[in-house]
Amino acid sequence: MTFDALDAWWWPYLFILVAGWLATDSWRYLGVYLGGKMSEESDILVFVRCVATALVAAVIANLIVFPSGTLADSPLALRLGAAIAGFAAYLLARKQILAGIIVAEAFLLVGLYLIG
Amino acid sequence: MSEKQSAEPDREEQVPDERHLTWYLRGVRRCFSIPGLVLVSAFVGFAGLAREAGLTLEQTVFMTGIVWALPGQVVLIGAILAGNSLFAAAFAVALSSVRLAPMVVALTPEMRTPKTRKWVLYALSHFVAITSWVLAMESFHKVPRDMRTAFYTGIGTTLVLVNMGVVATVFLVAGRLPVQLTAALLFLTPVYFLTSLWGSARERAGHVAMILGLALGPVFHVLLPGFDLLAAGGVAGGAAYFWHRVRLKRETAG
Repeated sequence: MTFDALDAWWWPYLFILVAGWLATDSWRYLGVYLGGKMSEESDILVFVRCVATALVAAVIANLIVFPSGTLADSPLALRLGAAIAGFAAYLLARKQILAGIIVAEAFLLVGLYLIG
Repeated sequence: MSEKQSAEPDREEQVPDERHLTWYLRGVRRCFSIPGLVLVSAFVGFAGLAREAGLTLEQTVFMTGIVWALPGQVVLIGAILAGNSLFAAAFAVALSSVRLAPMVVALTPEMRTPKTRKWVLYALSHFVAITSWVLAMESFHKVPRDMRTAFYTGIGTTLVLVNMGVVATVFLVAGRLPVQLTAALLFLTPVYFLTSLWGSARERAGHVAMILGLALGPVFHVLLPGFDLLAAGGVAGGAAYFWHRVRLKRETAG
């Protein structure tokens, strides 16, 4: 049963509800259930924070190394250079996120226009 | 939202309500910030993707409100494009959304007081995604504990409603941007998370987890497609936690 399997108006919404909402909010509800049994300082929370951070970091790295859309046409070295320059600017500017974003985007855009 | 002074018999009851409203509005205001702006641009990119995949405006707005996790939504679009079955699509989205469980586990105890009702926490958990999580974790130390649910309600409802509006607007005005600008737009999300994730880490182990996760994400993407995020999160997060334990032991011993 694919997204286009049925011609009924409600089918895409049911598809989004099951494959999107159910698959996502189940984890959130599980988190509330588990979170109710733990204190903030507990050592296991250091572990789950580590796993959550590593998962998001993996998503970020994949968005840079294996991007989609028009970003996929840019050279990998340019994307890595822009990311490193942005992160360095963020640290130098005393952790101002905006500084990191501006430098990374400027680096990428200059590179893209130079390549043509 | 108007306060009816005369209709309230007990004036003392009003004070907590006004406090809740105040902190709710502070949560709303917290969204009008760089992270909020960057999330908006990420949803601009998502709307373009969904439009290309053949979804309607209504379906895309519905998905944004009901799923409310950008990686999961992008995976769902990918599964629709690939013609996956309902089961396969749900499995892929579930895999990409596992990270929400530990995020909620980390956030919930910080909002909970002995008086907090269970259903409030379950309802608020729907708003948990990276941006609202980072905003809340950054701000909670400045928010009185019994006002944190009100504050987070402000953050969550604002981000969801604004971005549902953004998605609809992009569908309506989807003009033609130069390719360089659409590439720059797609680059916003990783750059934002690269910096904000570093800033929101609670302990040194968070930085170790982030560096290892960045390195292992692409490796497992090649080695274990479909399970890359789970594998990278488990291995890198586990290693960072191990490092944390070893360091603690050495500190208490020395």
